[in-house]
Amino acid sequence: MMDTIKRISGVNPRKCMKCGKCTASCPAFDEMEFHPHQFVDMVENGRIDQLMQSRGIDFCLSCFACVERCPRNVEPAKLIEAVRLAVVRQQGGDHLRPEAIPHLLDENLPQQAITAAFRKYRK
Amino acid sequence: MSVNNEFQPTIVAFCCNWCSYAGADLSGTNRLQYPANVKIIRIPCSCRLNPMFILRAFQRGADGVILCGCHPGDCHYTTGNYYARRRMTLLFSMLDYLGIERDRTRVEWVSAAEGAKFAATMNDFAATIHKLGPNRRLEDLRCRKD
Amino acid sequence: MQRVGVFVCWCGSNIAATVDVEKVAEVLGQEPGVVFSTHYQYMCSQSGQELIQNAIREHSLTGVVVCSCSPRMHENTFRKTCEKAGLNPYMVEIANIREQCSWIHKNKEEATQKAVILGRAAIAKVHLNAPLTAGTSPVKKRALVIGGGIAGIQTALDIADAGFEVDIVEKEPTIGGKMTQIDKTFPTLDCAACILTPKMVDAAQNEKIKIYSYSEVQSVKGFVGNFRVTIKKKARYVDETKCTGCGLCTEKCPQKKVPNAFNLGLDQRRAIYIPFAQAVPKIATIDADYCTMLKTGKCGVCSKVCTAGAIDYKQTDRFIEEEYGAIVVATGFNPIKLDQYDEFAYSQSPDVVTSLEFERLMNAAGPTGGTLLRPSDGTHPKTIVFVQCVGSRCDDSKGKSYCSKICCMYTAKHAMLCREKYPDTDVYVFYIDVRTPGKNFDEFYRRAVEEYGVHYVKGMVGKVVPENGKLKVQASDLLGNRQLHIDADMVVLAAAIEPDKSARPLATMLTASMDTNDFFTEAHPKLRPVESPTAGIFLSGACQGPKDIPETVAQASAAAAKVIGLLAKDSLICNPCTAAPDELMCNGCSSCEKVCPYGAITYIDKEFRGPNRTTLVRRVAQVNPAVCQGCGACTVACPSGAMDLKGFSNKQIMAEVDAICR
Repeated sequence: MMDTIKRISGVNPRKCMKCGKCTASCPAFDEMEFHPHQFVDMVENGRIDQLMQSRGIDFCLSCFACVERCPRNVEPAKLIEAVRLAVVRQQGGDHLRPEAIPHLLDENLPQQAITAAFRKYRK
Repeated sequence: MSVNNEFQPTIVAFCCNWCSYAGADLSGTNRLQYPANVKIIRIPCSCRLNPMFILRAFQRGADGVILCGCHPGDCHYTTGNYYARRRMTLLFSMLDYLGIERDRTRVEWVSAAEGAKFAATMNDFAATIHKLGPNRRLEDLRCRKD
Repeated sequence: MQRVGVFVCWCGSNIAATVDVEKVAEVLGQEPGVVFSTHYQYMCSQSGQELIQNAIREHSLTGVVVCSCSPRMHENTFRKTCEKAGLNPYMVEIANIREQCSWIHKNKEEATQKAVILGRAAIAKVHLNAPLTAGTSPVKKRALVIGGGIAGIQTALDIADAGFEVDIVEKEPTIGGKMTQIDKTFPTLDCAACILTPKMVDAAQNEKIKIYSYSEVQSVKGFVGNFRVTIKKKARYVDETKCTGCGLCTEKCPQKKVPNAFNLGLDQRRAIYIPFAQAVPKIATIDADYCTMLKTGKCGVCSKVCTAGAIDYKQTDRFIEEEYGAIVVATGFNPIKLDQYDEFAYSQSPDVVTSLEFERLMNAAGPTGGTLLRPSDGTHPKTIVFVQCVGSRCDDSKGKSYCSKICCMYTAKHAMLCREKYPDTDVYVFYIDVRTPGKNFDEFYRRAVEEYGVHYVKGMVGKVVPENGKLKVQASDLLGNRQLHIDADMVVLAAAIEPDKSARPLATMLTASMDTNDFFTEAHPKLRPVESPTAGIFLSGACQGPKDIPETVAQASAAAAKVIGLLAKDSLICNPCTAAPDELMCNGCSSCEKVCPYGAITYIDKEFRGPNRTTLVRRVAQVNPAVCQGCGACTVACPSGAMDLKGFSNKQIMAEVDAICR
């Protein structure tokens, strides 16, 4: 799994020197239980399951502030995107149940988004 | 030089004493691997390389020849590598005329601090020569080993 | 045919582990002309050398091949060994089977085979070696120091102490360098000016030292012992012999809006200026970019007030030629430009300053007179945030990959001084690692934390946003696993340091090599740290790598010791591997003369005997062996093949080629 994440993201977490500039830059800090520098550390040390079960990864805004500011080109946001992708790809990690949909609907929500989300999160 | 009958090219590398030879030493000090086919000849400066030496190497059965010198502007003798560059350009067009593949000869600038670049260059050059196969066009048949 | 002896070195296990040394010795022993072949654990050791010497005597060897480490390491050792046994030192060839064989190959069979081939090439070459005798060249007993910072001053003082003449070339109007801008020095907190200015005065008053201030090196010719250097004395529009340094002109000049470079632009000075009160030499300089008289021809106030009549608007750059035996490079460093780091708002707020600017703000002779005030509104800052590693240890294109080494300590110093002078301030230091290797350094840092209550936070500042006169700092606290939001009054950035921009063109002039960061490289990183690989060029201070003051001074004195060692010699042994023409083949075409970078080749008319008792005068090339450096450019340029290089002759290299391709 660790190799998959590294391959999808193209990130080498070994390059991290643990300066914490990513975490310092992160605008979604309060929303996440794991923070950018921890993502990198967890991938490096193989604690991926914990990361995949975390709801925090969905709160990453992909603003790429961490990628932009990282002095060592580690690109934490790409790691997060790869973890999200791994979650989507795996079977049974559904976050969307058909019976939950009526509550989620509002009239401004485009139809297409529901279809796409359904396709993505129902496997 | 034949280990399990595979084609083992003979590659001659001319290295200037001040930059590239020191760079080759550095890649050794750092234990960076490159193929054993590469044999280095030390010359004082890349401008010492007479194009005749390259022709001689091909004649004697070398499959590739590479010249390494200091980066342009950094020559220990101020201008030596500029001469080398011009001479090699002329030689390249002559080798081309003779029908020698362009990739069999190469010029690379490697400084004394670039041990990693030296090893990478040699690996790449050896792979290129390996792909090109044995050099038969200029080989003097009287020098044939077998 | 030579009688060759082959000596294969094990180098402990360095060679023997991957190369079958016994087999190499055995196979090479069967080469034509080889009369003796052996192997030994350490050929460079005393007993190894004796082994070679005994073999030379017993087997009357005329050539020696040592299969060992790189010739750059021990060629000289073995040459001396053979010389002691009565063999010409240039009858030795080294086959490099360590750096270029055993260390780079893992397969023992392959490595052994390669070692044999390298040995064969060396044997083939040594058969064609001829005994060479080295000439000598005189040493000019004068040294040049480029850069007049603490490194240059210390080197010059030490060389002068030994009784040799030294010239210092400094590009600024005064010597002293970066240390003049520093307030206090770590870890003792003594004031930089108090320890530096006496040294500057010593240098100025020492009769062996000549200071070329506001000058640059224009060109360098020659070689070790005989450098010919052209120094450009930039026009300062003030006659140095007349100016008394009274400073009246610097008070009367009407052009008041010139950014003061000495205070890093934090205040303004006049167009005619003396950088600071203790400047050496204390001579005014006109800044041509701002002087109204030089730009428009209307003003002349300084000329009117100068009682010494020293102002000379017509002064031009002057060039001085001087000969030196040795050159010391002491070009120093600069903090990097921070315009790439906009997340710290350096270009948006004047209250975000670099550490060197902070140094000026704390200095009693600085723009604020030593009171720490915010540059924006002159108020007293209550909360100060220090950010470390700005541009250091960066793997991207914006910064430098190395650690700048001095920032951890000077930031601890700054933080400590702030808390000491103003106990009401809150001081935060954001660090990645605190690196304090040095005498009393870690104690100093711990004092900042324990006694002075500086908040050290493991983490980094992500962004700084100027808002309502405050600086909103968003940072991480990795140990507390939280994000900090601090309303700071001032942010101080510990910018990475880089070599001075003048170093790169200088390196080209000196043919001294540099690394990818533009720091000068040493002849050997551990064993010859103050010498450049180019003979006669020495390194002092931060031009070789980031350094603090004690290290700089230590290296400066080390460089001086090396220079003194060189200048103490009356003559140097030349490289005997020089070019020499075969006069009978030379056709007098001048091709070689044109390519020679040293002007070592001249043409003379020489009388030759022709057939039937006739004589014939022909124009032939002649090489001055004291000037020739042995690059070999002429040997290739020669159309008739008359020019050859001793020690690397056409035949020798061809023989090596043949041996390798065999």
